Amino acid sequence: MSLLKRSFEIKARDFIRAGEAAIEVQKILKNIGFDPEQIRRASICAYESEMNVVMHGGDGELVLTLDTEKIMLDINDQGSGIEDVDLALQEGYSTASQEDREMGFGAGMGLPNIKKNADFLEILSDKGAGAHLKIGINLRKE
Amino acid sequence: MKLSEIKDALRAELITADDCLNMYLRAGTASDLMSDLLTGPTNGALLLTGLCNVQVVRTSVVAGVAAVVFVREKHPTPEMIAQAQEHGLPLLSTSFTMFSACGRLFDKGLRGVETKAPRP
Repeated sequence: MSLLKRSFEIKARDFIRAGEAAIEVQKILKNIGFDPEQIRRASICAYESEMNVVMHGGDGELVLTLDTEKIMLDINDQGSGIEDVDLALQEGYSTASQEDREMGFGAGMGLPNIKKNADFLEILSDKGAGAHLKIGINLRKE
Repeated sequence: MKLSEIKDALRAELITADDCLNMYLRAGTASDLMSDLLTGPTNGALLLTGLCNVQVVRTSVVAGVAAVVFVREKHPTPEMIAQAQEHGLPLLSTSFTMFSACGRLFDKGLRGVETKAPRP
């Protein structure tokens, strides 16, 4: 059973607002009083995935769900999808534009960094049909 | 190292959070690549950067960076200042280049975010 569910809209190519959803997620988690390391890991996953939607995804949505066991982030977009998920998970692989790089992103670190910070990551994508990332951070430390 | 010592060493202007001069910075990091900040242990650290856009502020907030110095006389926009103020993030601006700014702080005792030096 989820204890909290919040969704945030993400606009494609909107670098002015990009990151606002992740900062809202961070704010919610801080207010609840989670462990700072769990907040940092969840915020980084939210931010990296939000930037991916802004850069590659078309418009999308980030949904934060909390239950007693975990922090879940679901990121859906209406973009062109990830053609090769294995390749996208390799550090340094990027299809970012010059504008993305000028903003300080597009180094091919996003998905690998999400994988590093998440306890659970599932990437559902078909070329042409958008992408769906399911990210989980466990609240109990192993 | 205290923020006031960093400000003096870099002859920097403190643009936001002037009540934070006693803040302690545990380490320093320098990058124009925001992705790098999200992959390293940058929480509680000082960031030196030549990149000057709103994503520097957002990345710093998400990564837990404690204060930001813009090098080469870069000056944050009103939007960046407003966001930094909202999050209590000190922003500074210095005329030194990135290399010189890092060197001056290292000379004064500020170290990088590495927990151990790489093997030779």
